[in-house]
Amino acid sequence: MVDVPYDGIAGIPPAEVPDVELYHPKSWWTRYVFSQDAKVIAVQYSLTASAIGLVALVLSWLMRLQLGFPGTFSFIDANQYLQFITMHGMIMVIYLLTALFLGGFGNYLIPLMVGARDMVFPYVNMLSYWVYLLAVLVLASTFFVPGGPTGAGWTLYPPQAILSGTPGQDWGIILMMASLILFIIGFTMGGLNYVVTVLQARTRGMTLMRLPLTVWGIFTATVMALLAFPALFVASVMLLLDRLLGTSFFMPSLVEMGTLSKYSGGSPLLFQHLFWFFGHPEVYIVALPAFGIVSDLISTHARKNIFGYRMMVWAIVGIGALSFVVWAHHMYVSGMFPQFGYFFATTTLIIAVPTAIKVYNWVLTLWRGDIHLTVPMLFALGFIITFVNGGLTGLFLGNVVVDVPLSDTMFVVAHFHMVMGVAPIMVVLGAIYHWYPKVTGRMLNDVLGKFHFWVTFLGAYLIFFPMHYLGLLGVPRRYFELGDAAFIPPSAHSLNAFISVVALTVGFSQMVFLFNLVWSLFRGEPSGGNPWRATTLEWQTPETPPGHGNWGKELPIVYRWAYDYSVPGAEQDFIPQNQPPRATRAAQGAAS
Amino acid sequence: MTETVLTKMVQGAGRLPGWRGIAADWASDQRAFKNVSWGKAMMWIFLLSDTFIFSCFLLSYMTARMSTTVPWPNPSEVFALNIAGRHIPLILIAIMTFILISSSGTMAMAVNFGYRQDRAKTAILMLVTAAFGATFVGMQAFEWTKLIMEGVRPWGNPWGAAQFGSSFFMITGFHGTHVTIGVIFLIAIARKVWRGDFDVGRRGFFTSRKGYYEIVEIMGLYWHFVDLVWVFIFAFFYLW
Repeated sequence: MVDVPYDGIAGIPPAEVPDVELYHPKSWWTRYVFSQDAKVIAVQYSLTASAIGLVALVLSWLMRLQLGFPGTFSFIDANQYLQFITMHGMIMVIYLLTALFLGGFGNYLIPLMVGARDMVFPYVNMLSYWVYLLAVLVLASTFFVPGGPTGAGWTLYPPQAILSGTPGQDWGIILMMASLILFIIGFTMGGLNYVVTVLQARTRGMTLMRLPLTVWGIFTATVMALLAFPALFVASVMLLLDRLLGTSFFMPSLVEMGTLSKYSGGSPLLFQHLFWFFGHPEVYIVALPAFGIVSDLISTHARKNIFGYRMMVWAIVGIGALSFVVWAHHMYVSGMFPQFGYFFATTTLIIAVPTAIKVYNWVLTLWRGDIHLTVPMLFALGFIITFVNGGLTGLFLGNVVVDVPLSDTMFVVAHFHMVMGVAPIMVVLGAIYHWYPKVTGRMLNDVLGKFHFWVTFLGAYLIFFPMHYLGLLGVPRRYFELGDAAFIPPSAHSLNAFISVVALTVGFSQMVFLFNLVWSLFRGEPSGGNPWRATTLEWQTPETPPGHGNWGKELPIVYRWAYDYSVPGAEQDFIPQNQPPRATRAAQGAAS
Repeated sequence: MTETVLTKMVQGAGRLPGWRGIAADWASDQRAFKNVSWGKAMMWIFLLSDTFIFSCFLLSYMTARMSTTVPWPNPSEVFALNIAGRHIPLILIAIMTFILISSSGTMAMAVNFGYRQDRAKTAILMLVTAAFGATFVGMQAFEWTKLIMEGVRPWGNPWGAAQFGSSFFMITGFHGTHVTIGVIFLIAIARKVWRGDFDVGRRGFFTSRKGYYEIVEIMGLYWHFVDLVWVFIFAFFYLW
């Protein structure tokens, strides 16, 4: 059933949202550098996030070199190893994935998909990017300060995060906190824009239940980020005060290097609660945009409407809400009151229900679809597989009794890399292959893309699947080297070497992708406006790449949901959202 | 897929009974919140986010206060003043609270006159609000000075738990920063009101959108929020 509330011409609702005059750039600088256009800001966000993400990728190679071949590389010592894991985690989770999904895809897709000319407050949006860039620069500067970046682990748990003995104790941790605070300020300015644009600046006919799931995912994730980042902000401020002024919010009295420290009476557990009140929603801040985008990729490339659209929307909202009441499942071994474990284990397992609904709906969308194995589709399928895998190990770790022995082993590393590392990155890559033609007007090379996909997908599996086994053996995470522990068999060491070789291979295959991005920019096949024959509004712009103001003279009017693929009797196997019903019926009449 | 159902226009959605009507209103096209401008929606959502920041600060303070093994200094004693030979507990805080709540009154009046496009009265009332706010921050500074003279530091104090000083300076400092930012914006917007920017719809600073008198109300939302937060700080920090 296609729900069409507006009868062609007679029933078009009056414009309630005025067509607001935009700020027009006057020079090269305001057009490409200090631009207020969400599309330019999106590209700036994406490039910055990718650049710092490459640093994190190189760090992971160094870690794998050390883990696979301990003692071979004399330029990596234990302190550096700790700094590598810290920066790798922090960059990947916050500065790459959060910034790329919300700042990058959010900025590009939200105004285009809801039919707006730009974000509601373009100037604030521009500031958001520049504050984010500053946060990234402060973060990157820690590599060059005395003592180097902090080595406290990406969770930055006090007391060790600010005690002497932890690498980066004098400068690294301070700049880390400063960078996080800047990131949150910058993100808030952007995030407010995304939320208000989705709520208040949609075009005529674009009801909430006609939004593409991409917008639903990014919107819900942004709302969550606006409510979760405050906890990280507060934790960062307090940890910074503990380090700089000697307050004791998180620091108990303890003996440091043989002398009694100046601290007394603080609670390290308070930090963990604040951190994970942010940290768990953060997982879904990264996952929900991925859920949304992958739904659109699957529907478009399987030429079939998404199965259970309404259910998908409610699952996104439900996961978002539930993720605020599960945070202490990261703290089963922290010394919490034991019975809290029941509550948090229960809520954690309940989250599996809406998540499973989503997975079933993706699979049912594929069911008897006209599946085109394009590169974006391959990545979307890869996402489903890695996500199911990572989600199932999440059920293991959500149970207290299973979690306690597995805590701080490689099993945990394998789990979260599978579920919030590999899976969202699959979506990021698929989405880049999908929307690159809209951003540049040229297709990415297909052969290189398929090579990139197979090496990345199979490689990621070969890296992280054996890691579960290492974890079950009891191989701990965050260890510089394993030494001669009796419970670790020699096979574990050779497995580690194998994982390292695969990791380097996958890492280098990303260079093929980067080459493809640059090469296709100049030599790629021209794509035209709608190469995937997709229904959503961003493919219906008058120009490709879309011009300033997105829509030419008039905003589009939306007559239908985003998933009219393979409608029987229709002229083509897709009907764009802005195609009026009269035209459809005329076409149907002509066909029959 | 085959069946195309044509329903009536969006006005029809408003007539659905009960919850279905509410849901249909919210989900209708263009705007989820009818008659709410972009700026006002943005301020409300920002305040929601800011609420979480202050809640985290206050909850952290309460955790510290409840879990400390050292006695917590008695706020009635710490914040007492000797005026004209009499020892009055919490007197300065009481005056500060009174001033801040009065400033909310003048702010509400400014919003009222703003919608009547009475430039002079709006600007004057906003400046009065800013003056109240500045007085509040000034008294805060006096209170900080007094405590620092008595030996209270972020890392310790003469009377008990070290977290007393840390929480006090952090929470009142963060709130005071909010008030200060509010004062600066009040003065800036009062100037624009006075100049008549909002009568001609000149492009605003900070947003690059045209400004209207509604910005006075949005400023008011922020100001009342900062005031409300103070009530919670007053209750949880000073009266507990």
